[in-house]
Amino acid sequence: MNSITFRAVGAAALLAPAAQTFADAGAGGYAHASSAFNPAISVILDGVYASYSNDPEDYNIPGFMLGGEAGLSPEGFSLGHSELIFSSDIDDKFYGRLTVAFAEHDDEIEVELEEAFFETLALGGGFTIRGGRFYSGIGYLNQQHPHAWDFKDAPLVYSALFGDQYFDDGVRASVILPTDLLIEVGAEALSGKKYPTGGEHQGVGSWTAFANIGGDIGVSHSWQAGLSYLSADGIEREHGGHAHGGEEAEFPLFTGDSRIAGANLIYKWAPDGNYRERNVKLQFEYFNRDESGEVTLVNAATPENSTLESKQDGWYLQAVWQFARSWATGVRYDRLDSDNSGSDPNVLDEAGLVSNGHQPERASIMAEWVPSEFSRIRLQYNRDDSYQVSDDQVYLQYTFSMGSHGAHAF
Amino acid sequence: MILRTTLLCLSFLLPGVQVQAAINVFTCEPEWAALAKELGGELLDVYSATTALQDPHHIQARPSLIARARKADLLVCTGAELETGWLPLLLRKAGNAGIQPGQSGHFLAAEQVELLDVPERLDRSMGDIHASGNPHVHTDPRNILQIAGPLHQRLKQIDPDNAEHYTRRFEAFAGDWQRAIDRWYAQLAPVKGAAVVVHHDFWSYLIDWLGLNRVATLEPVPGVSPSSAHLARVKQSLDLQAVTMIIDTGYMNDRPANWLSDQTGIALVTLPATADFQNGESLYDWFDNLAALLLEPVK
Repeated sequence: MNSITFRAVGAAALLAPAAQTFADAGAGGYAHASSAFNPAISVILDGVYASYSNDPEDYNIPGFMLGGEAGLSPEGFSLGHSELIFSSDIDDKFYGRLTVAFAEHDDEIEVELEEAFFETLALGGGFTIRGGRFYSGIGYLNQQHPHAWDFKDAPLVYSALFGDQYFDDGVRASVILPTDLLIEVGAEALSGKKYPTGGEHQGVGSWTAFANIGGDIGVSHSWQAGLSYLSADGIEREHGGHAHGGEEAEFPLFTGDSRIAGANLIYKWAPDGNYRERNVKLQFEYFNRDESGEVTLVNAATPENSTLESKQDGWYLQAVWQFARSWATGVRYDRLDSDNSGSDPNVLDEAGLVSNGHQPERASIMAEWVPSEFSRIRLQYNRDDSYQVSDDQVYLQYTFSMGSHGAHAF
Repeated sequence: MILRTTLLCLSFLLPGVQVQAAINVFTCEPEWAALAKELGGELLDVYSATTALQDPHHIQARPSLIARARKADLLVCTGAELETGWLPLLLRKAGNAGIQPGQSGHFLAAEQVELLDVPERLDRSMGDIHASGNPHVHTDPRNILQIAGPLHQRLKQIDPDNAEHYTRRFEAFAGDWQRAIDRWYAQLAPVKGAAVVVHHDFWSYLIDWLGLNRVATLEPVPGVSPSSAHLARVKQSLDLQAVTMIIDTGYMNDRPANWLSDQTGIALVTLPATADFQNGESLYDWFDNLAALLLEPVK
């Protein structure tokens, strides 16, 4: 028994075959030349018309200091998240991708390098190493580009805890175990310089770990469940998102330690497993964040600070039904909760950390027309109770993808 | 070494780690699973990522596929960009060095035959076209034989200890299959040269083999569903008396083809896209079935 097991594992995991270029076309083969030597290039065009019953500048989430990309699109017409993506196998051992995002904030075009990473192809044994800048593997939605989201905006828990999404520079190692059920475990060592971490770190500033398990139930059902964890110490994190305003503007600075734990469950149904015609997708994610440290109001008239013990959590549940080849509709419910305390309640209040019992929530409904894999027009309505005054939000969004074919991720 | 020991320990603890000596073959489509089974028999543990009822363009790199690709010794797919939306992602996620492009464990069927419908111009306004040509090569039985040769060579390379077994099975298959091709061709003589309307250009190789005359395609461009206006135009353009049948594909939306058949009285023939491998259907069974279905309108 032992020796057979060793052989099975040995063949698959231990003796990663030496990389050896195989003359694939071989005798009588037809090599189908395409643009294989050029990187695949995709351009994402994204834009939105937004309408709000409240002033979008008033947006806040009591109990949460916002930052990163969190916040509402400007009222009226605006460009969303336009992206330029280059990707390619580098050689037989590495794959690489570069993603540049263009966004406009306060009449200035910001160019952001969201991804610039390499990934191994030939380690074998189920192992993959990724290095560079990439979206962290925590959560389910975090790794998806905004144009792949099923709603125009990120779930509230992603906006509140991650500033929509967490990407950072570092290295990831992950392994897929040799089982019929997918079992994937991975860990990341990151610089800890990007929101919602931050500050200067010698070496690794942020650690994450994640595990995913998933499989099929019959032909028509598939599922995935995941757990993830992030740990970052010595954070120096500025809040206030992009609304920095003038030099003198006051903003809260968090210094301290952060722990985030998350769980997610994804379930998909497609009759006969044929996603093209019809499918249903259910998606649930929960995150919980524990932070302790200090909050300082930078640029305040007199230096003000407070200790902070913060417990925050949130979840969302969404269902998307593609009921015809080109049409889908979906609903989503978001919920957040927080319990923050510190030595100076006035400082916490000014930093936006006092919820006064308000529990932020949001309900969304959307319908989209997807004439091909490369185009989508979406109408979305949110009843947003992020803060005490309910906001009716309507979005009309287009997303177009040009160039190379995108990947159908689960 | 610690890693190896850890993996070994894990393999005892985890359910589903199967102890087996068989060669794991991961195929993207059922036809290659059926072909691999013909060539390898009991020595192969064959898994197909799709069924005959799924559109192989539109598969997601879902967890079960990643797990299966992780364990594969040989990957057999169509290529010609048929799986471009999910196979590259699957290969990247699987962490399996042996089945990456260029390795002996990576076999693409479309690279073994000459492709039809190669576009002269590439433009997305022309729909979901494939730069290298029509990928549905398995619908011509002569292609199956042409692919079986290099595939059995590849099996011998992956599993040299059993080379003789693969040679023996390939030689037997090649003889049987050639006789079957001759039989089907003779059987299908009544539809030779018939004018047909197709929903999607799925059957180009079958049409080429039988010398059928494709007079219209219901999809305005590949992968785009026909609008009612487009269908009405197709209907107008047809010489109704001359068209023998409308050919639809099993996994596609059958409404456009049904509508045209209802409106015109032209026989509708829905052909299963490929062998129902998961339920034990062989390639012989599938072509027998195709032949019977194609003969129905001319009975």
